[in-house]
Amino acid sequence: MSRQASRLDAKKVNSEFLTLTYGALVTQMLRDFENAEDVNKQLERIGYNMGMRLIEDFLARTSAPRCLEMRETADRIQQAFRIYLNIQPTISNWSPASDEFSLVFDSNPLTEFVELPPDLTNLRYSAILSGCIRGALEMVQLEVQCWFVQDQLKGDNVTELRVKFVRRLEEVIPAGED
Amino acid sequence: MEKLEALKISSMRPRSNILDRPLSKGKTEVSQSIVALLFSEIVQYSQSRVFTVPELQTRLHDLGQDVGTRIIDLYFVRERSSKRETKLTQMLLFVKTTVWKNLFGKEAEKLEHANDDERTYYIIEKEPLVNTFISVPKDKGSLNCANFTAGIVEAVLTNCGFPCKVTAHWHKGTTYMVKFEDFVIARDKQMEEK
Repeated sequence: MSRQASRLDAKKVNSEFLTLTYGALVTQMLRDFENAEDVNKQLERIGYNMGMRLIEDFLARTSAPRCLEMRETADRIQQAFRIYLNIQPTISNWSPASDEFSLVFDSNPLTEFVELPPDLTNLRYSAILSGCIRGALEMVQLEVQCWFVQDQLKGDNVTELRVKFVRRLEEVIPAGED
Repeated sequence: MEKLEALKISSMRPRSNILDRPLSKGKTEVSQSIVALLFSEIVQYSQSRVFTVPELQTRLHDLGQDVGTRIIDLYFVRERSSKRETKLTQMLLFVKTTVWKNLFGKEAEKLEHANDDERTYYIIEKEPLVNTFISVPKDKGSLNCANFTAGIVEAVLTNCGFPCKVTAHWHKGTTYMVKFEDFVIARDKQMEEK
């Protein structure tokens, strides 16, 4: 058990380092592409790649069993946010069929010092998060859609990320290089 | 027409301006795994945009500068009640201790002055955070991703009025070579004489 505990409180880094490094990346991408839509796509992809590798870390740390329904998956995602970003999103707005839910964030370390200029309203600054969830779940044979409903950077009170179950992947195709 | 424009801007602005909010204490932490993965993606992304190792290092260096410029005010306001340093040694110590501690959770191991060149200083760090999980491929032996950190240091020093060039090298772990402009040294001497 003690081994478990020590594994859980893994090494920590000041969140500002993450905030600023991520900010530098986004600004660099905006310079590289000049088109917010392309930047969104790139950030999503980076998140997806991170998610694919992060899930392994998560499973090793938590030894979480396989989820049998989306409600369990939601709890796991919430737990992952606590472990990795030290924030606890609220799970809410379940669809009647229990296949779609929202993660609501009061705060988001990625956007700590961020203000979007008025001409970048179509930039999804935190797109890396949705990519991360998609990538991680795909590695455990769950295909989901993930998108932003509300965003504090755009003046909303909270940031809301919607996750929708699409299907269970039957055959696992090894992740290709793309 | 002008009125319409003004309306549009105000409706898009977030309700609370970033400068109206209190400055965070900067004590929140995130997992090292997520930082390492993000940095790895940053290196991969940067590599996809360039062809050679030096170009890649320059790109990482540029990203670091972006971070460096942003932490100056943050740390001086938070840790030094908004007072900037004017003396070279003090400034270098500020980088070695305050900057390192806040960004990486520990001080840099050593700060040394070159014997043969008074413009050159070395900051030595055994295990830079950014290199923790990076193994350099054989064909890219000279690549040191800590050039990202070098960029941070260069931006901090330069924008505080001590223009310099900072590069990262494999030596006793990672050594950051800080080379100041001539006038920085001359000015510092002048100040000491007074």
